Amino acid sequence: MMKKRFISTIAIAGAAAMALTACSSDPEPGASGSAAGGGGGDGEVITVGFAQTGSESGWRSANTDSMKEAFSAENGFDLIFNAADNDTAAQITAVRSFINQGVDAIVIAPIVEDGWDDVLTEAKNAGIPVILEDRTVSSPEDLYAAWVGLDFEKEGTMAGEWAAAEFGDTETKMVVLEGTTGSAPANDRATGFDAAIEGTMIEKIDSQTGDFTRDGGKSVMEGFLQNYGVDGIDLVYAHNDDMALGAIEAIEAAGAVPGEDIKIISIDAVHDGMQALVDGKINYIVECNPLLGELAAGLVKDVLAGNDVERTVYVEDQAFDQAAAEAALPDRKY
Amino acid sequence: MNALYKHRLFWPIASLLALIAINAIARPQFIKVTVRDGELYGALVTILKDSAPLMLVALGMTIVIATRGIDLSVGAIMAVSGAVALTIIDGSGSPDNLATVLIAVVVALLVALILGAWNGLLVTVLGIQPIVATLVLMLAGRGAALLITGGEITTVNSAPFKWMSGGYLVALPVAFLIGLLAITIMGLIERRTALGVLTEAVGINPEASRLAGVRARGIIWGAYMVSGILAGVAGLIYASRISAADANAAGVFIELYAILAVVLGGTSLNGGKFSIAGTVVGVFIIQTLDSTILFLGIPSAQSPVFFGFVVAIVVVVQSPRVRTALGSLGGRRRSRGTSGPSTDTVEVAR
Repeated sequence: MMKKRFISTIAIAGAAAMALTACSSDPEPGASGSAAGGGGGDGEVITVGFAQTGSESGWRSANTDSMKEAFSAENGFDLIFNAADNDTAAQITAVRSFINQGVDAIVIAPIVEDGWDDVLTEAKNAGIPVILEDRTVSSPEDLYAAWVGLDFEKEGTMAGEWAAAEFGDTETKMVVLEGTTGSAPANDRATGFDAAIEGTMIEKIDSQTGDFTRDGGKSVMEGFLQNYGVDGIDLVYAHNDDMALGAIEAIEAAGAVPGEDIKIISIDAVHDGMQALVDGKINYIVECNPLLGELAAGLVKDVLAGNDVERTVYVEDQAFDQAAAEAALPDRKY
Repeated sequence: MNALYKHRLFWPIASLLALIAINAIARPQFIKVTVRDGELYGALVTILKDSAPLMLVALGMTIVIATRGIDLSVGAIMAVSGAVALTIIDGSGSPDNLATVLIAVVVALLVALILGAWNGLLVTVLGIQPIVATLVLMLAGRGAALLITGGEITTVNSAPFKWMSGGYLVALPVAFLIGLLAITIMGLIERRTALGVLTEAVGINPEASRLAGVRARGIIWGAYMVSGILAGVAGLIYASRISAADANAAGVFIELYAILAVVLGGTSLNGGKFSIAGTVVGVFIIQTLDSTILFLGIPSAQSPVFFGFVVAIVVVVQSPRVRTALGSLGGRRRSRGTSGPSTDTVEVAR
């Protein structure tokens, strides 16, 4: 009860805070807009609950948009959307409420790997299939129907192979801007890259976490530049575009030219990153495709129709150099 | 020498110098400052420059803590202020126009001021405990910032806005000068007028100061408004650093680092006596420690432990009891330490 009152207090305060800042707000229902289910329908409409992690990055927004588009009313879906703001407990609560509402299928982008057994068992007992999107869970495989997502290690490998081909024959000093310590993309992108450059003349002289943020990337790069000097670094490998964009700021502030004096390789291919690639400030980007919506929607339909589905579905990633980026940028959805 | 040793800023400053010395020994280029195109450049300059957001937030936190309060919402206010400013600049169509940027900055700071006033209202008029009152905005504010930016990272290419963090004035980084200006203004108002004493009086005993005719409500309310607007400026500098409003990452955990800076500077969380100079030193300790982690190449996974370890040492060394104990243990060689805890520190640790 205390908790309830506390939460309602926060809600009131939140409403007040929003009213205060409304002068310049752009109330796009992107962050936490919900499309509440309007009853059972005719049996033709598939009601799907989607528990998103939150809206922590540009990648995540693009992912949310893609899911909303794929699970639209035109495609025969009624989507109940929930963004948990990276709060694991809130996400589990959301999934439980999907079960109580009796949805036809549940799609989850799990915030963390652990702690899903109970709620997934409840869904199974209620006969509701669960599709995992983007991240995985540690629960037994029979508790969910399928997983659709990305191969982070392959992204690292693709980035590393390009680096090996371009710089492998000359002595190259590389620094790495790691993602959040311990996260799957950070670990796997490092593993894939390191394996691909093994035996080449690329030497990893330092590696630090920039927490996947622009400010983190800038701060760490400033430190690297002071430690090794502009001439002591030839190549930057950033685990995502945002950190690469931060590193660009740091390199420019140090009086060097990013993309020329210091080459940059990055992963993600969000819009700002692609723009920097076109502008010549980044040299190579491996895509981390957020457009999982259609695949997920297809999986949901197949599972409900009783078809056999692949348990693990990888989305194909592309890679861009500067010329390819210029060609691709105008048509990009994100 | 004894007087110097007894000064309450002795240990914070000694810690800071020790950190700089360790860095300088490990990598001598740490203390190298070069002039490039009339601008100073080097690791120490970067520390001055990058410390600006934390400096501003910690200054506001010092005043709030002096009134026996705490402001957890500063990080969220940073996110809101950056989001407001960049949304205006982005939507204007003329990002390089100085007037546009000025309007954006003024509006963002007004919003920050209003948010600070909201905190003050909850604390003074409604009598809600500061930690709860500001927690509300800490949780809701970031969501509001995300709403303003539509959940995206708003990026702008605006030279005047970028100047706030990347520019130089008389060879010094503008961001540092903004911090310096804030320190000077705070120092003048709090120490050259009666306001500082009144603030301490409110923090030491609100009831007694009320009976003595001090208008506690206005002083406390003002403290939260100062904290809000300083956080607003910090948010602008943060956004300017990366030319983007990153509502998810702006000012995350900065409230805790600000509290740490205040405490490292010798101000007690119990309110009352505060030290602006101490907070400044505290901020530089934290910022230098950040650079140290990079400079010594400590692996990411271990850096929080290293950070915590060094902070623990600094805090323990400053503790009056430990100093007394060390003093009596150390015999003649440590005779300087036997002078016992200085009166200052006893007051601080009250």
